[in-house]
Amino acid sequence: MSGVFLKDFENFASTATADSPDWLEPIRRTAMDRFARTGFPTARDEEWRFTPLAPIVRRSWRAAAGANEDLTPAQVDPFVFGHPEWCRLVFVNGEHVPGLSFAGSLPDGVIATSLSEVLRNGGDLLQRHFARYARIEENPFTALNTALFRDGGLVHVPAGVDLSLPINLVFLTTREADGTVIHPRNLIVVERNARASVIESYVTLAPGARYWTNPVTEVWTGANTWVEHTRIQRESEAAYHVATTQAEVSRDSHYRSFSMAMGAALARHNLNARLADQYAEALLYGLYITHGEQLVDNHTVLYHDHPNGHSWEVYKGILDGRSRAVFNGKVLVKPEAQKTDAKQTNRNLVLSDFAKVDTKPQLEIFADDVKCTHGATVGQLDEVALFYARSRGLAAEEARRLLTYAFAAEVIEEVALAPVRTELNRLLLERLDEVK
Amino acid sequence: MLEIKDLYASAGTKEILKGISLKVNPGEIHAIMGPNGSGKSTLAQVLAGHPAFEVTRGQVLFEGQNLLDLQPEERAQAGIFLAFQYPVELPGITNAYFLRAAYNEMRKARGQEEVDPMDFLDLLEEKLKVVDWGPEIMQRPVNAGFSGGEKKRNEILQLAVLEPKLAILDETDSGLDIDALRTVAEGVNRLRHPDKAFIIITHYQRLLNYIVPDYVHVLSSGRVVMSGGKDLALELEAKGYEWVDAQAEALAR
Ligand SMILES: Nc1ncnc2c1ncn2[C@@H]1O[C@H](COP(=O)(O)OP(=O)(O)OP(=O)(O)O)[C@@H](O)[C@H]1O
Ligand SMILES: [Mg+2]
Repeated sequence: MSGVFLKDFENFASTATADSPDWLEPIRRTAMDRFARTGFPTARDEEWRFTPLAPIVRRSWRAAAGANEDLTPAQVDPFVFGHPEWCRLVFVNGEHVPGLSFAGSLPDGVIATSLSEVLRNGGDLLQRHFARYARIEENPFTALNTALFRDGGLVHVPAGVDLSLPINLVFLTTREADGTVIHPRNLIVVERNARASVIESYVTLAPGARYWTNPVTEVWTGANTWVEHTRIQRESEAAYHVATTQAEVSRDSHYRSFSMAMGAALARHNLNARLADQYAEALLYGLYITHGEQLVDNHTVLYHDHPNGHSWEVYKGILDGRSRAVFNGKVLVKPEAQKTDAKQTNRNLVLSDFAKVDTKPQLEIFADDVKCTHGATVGQLDEVALFYARSRGLAAEEARRLLTYAFAAEVIEEVALAPVRTELNRLLLERLDEVK
Repeated sequence: MLEIKDLYASAGTKEILKGISLKVNPGEIHAIMGPNGSGKSTLAQVLAGHPAFEVTRGQVLFEGQNLLDLQPEERAQAGIFLAFQYPVELPGITNAYFLRAAYNEMRKARGQEEVDPMDFLDLLEEKLKVVDWGPEIMQRPVNAGFSGGEKKRNEILQLAVLEPKLAILDETDSGLDIDALRTVAEGVNRLRHPDKAFIIITHYQRLLNYIVPDYVHVLSSGRVVMSGGKDLALELEAKGYEWVDAQAEALAR
């Protein structure tokens, strides 16, 4: 099956080189070779044990269609997360559409543009950071993305700049996406003393379309930065989504991620945060809401490479129907990473007898002076709380809905930017109403 | 208003209430006392419709309708309110949201329109005075992280907002300092009304100095073993439950 991609790659390489800088070509080729050698992970691969990839592997996927249809902003608006005045880059079936994008009022020097644009016009920012963090050796999907990506978002926040409104990267699919694979590639660079908020959304206009999104996002932060990275996955429920996010967190920097997953038939998100210097901090929050036959898999890795690092992770899930969730939270503490403080929690609310959760913490600690804790729960709504709410006049269904909402809202509360929080709350309520 | 006839209830295989009869008329205040584990909370929870308890015999009429046929929320909408002995924490739900949702359910049940958040705030301002609280409390999650006394106070705030016909207070005085006790008691007294009734479960005469009951009942091992006027509480305080047990035994013979 990797043969199909090889052919794609050769076709692509012969047509796309005009747009591609010289330095990129060998990187792409190495990545393709790598993927050709490894192929897709199999069920024997421990990292993929609970996540059957057959539906992806067995199909042959055409290259993404790009934005052939003319969409109006009004068509896109309901699926775009956030306020109209936020800077947004809209990609339709993998291709940047300037007509649907909106620059907003970004502070001086801030760049929010598409990779295709950067590849055409040059500049060394991309070269300096591209493929340095999300490594092709770690994951065949990353290799494939690196070989075949065409477009995506590039955000650059220069030193000292405070980005007060979020930048929105919107990846939208239409019916034309059916049968295709899209490899979005994003790079977020936040220089020292800067603050930024970036939102990455994967949404669809075609709820029944079967396509595959394979995004890779790299985040690099300079010293003393503050970054909020929000991710919303609301793909078609017949689609597949396998993503990797790699964040490099520098000295005295604060990286917080919120990852919400509600869509796709199968969704896997690898979120790796490396505390790449002392006094770095990573906060990883997650919320997944599944029903029907959906499977959502979150694999996170926290690399505590240096002393005095702090990480805090809370993932919550709400499962209904016959859906499944996988959570694997790895914390790797290097011998020199003394005074590491890491806490991890995964809590699951199971609303149906047929839903299933596989949750596993994985602590690998090689330093002795550290504080690392983890905990996981899988349970139902609290009967006592339900009775309490009903005794105040709330109907059983309403009480259930309210408590379910509250369970999820607790983690949304952790999103720092108020307008983002409000929007996430709205999405949550919308989804809970649908499920009901 | 409320008529309990020969009520038996159990939790699992354990029989807890063993033939309780009690009649409460509008405007009355009934106090229920009795040793730990005698079934006071169980009685209160059965009246509120807690699913853990099964009624095996007897009947409860509330304003002529069969209470035991109603779901917990229908009982609340009919005008029954239970202030829990152990109020439940609802993390993630603000007091403001919860109270307004509950209040609107009551209004809907009465065929009234729902109120929007702004109008509700006006109403709240008035009700917060009952418990001597500022508005900050409304943005905190329901009971989560509240001190024991704050939780009890919050129950009284809910009571004040929901304006039930029959309020059952399960040890609302336990864990309150003397000032909070007075606030709570004054709150209840303000809510007294010829159409409304209270059942007050307590271990202490102290509360009954502030809220003077018309009747006092003593529960022991799931039965009402003694009933009387407000002086019974004083007598009980002086003589203790051994005296009650002796009386109950005499009665049984
Ligand atoms: N869900 C339950 N399952 C089993 N036993 C129960 C349950 N609830 C209450 N009981 C038992 O029933 C008896 C009566 O309990 P209840 O809480 O009604 O007592 P109480 O009079 O309110 O006591 P206290 O003064 O300590 O509050 C106790 O022995 C208690 O252990
Ligand atoms: Mg009790």
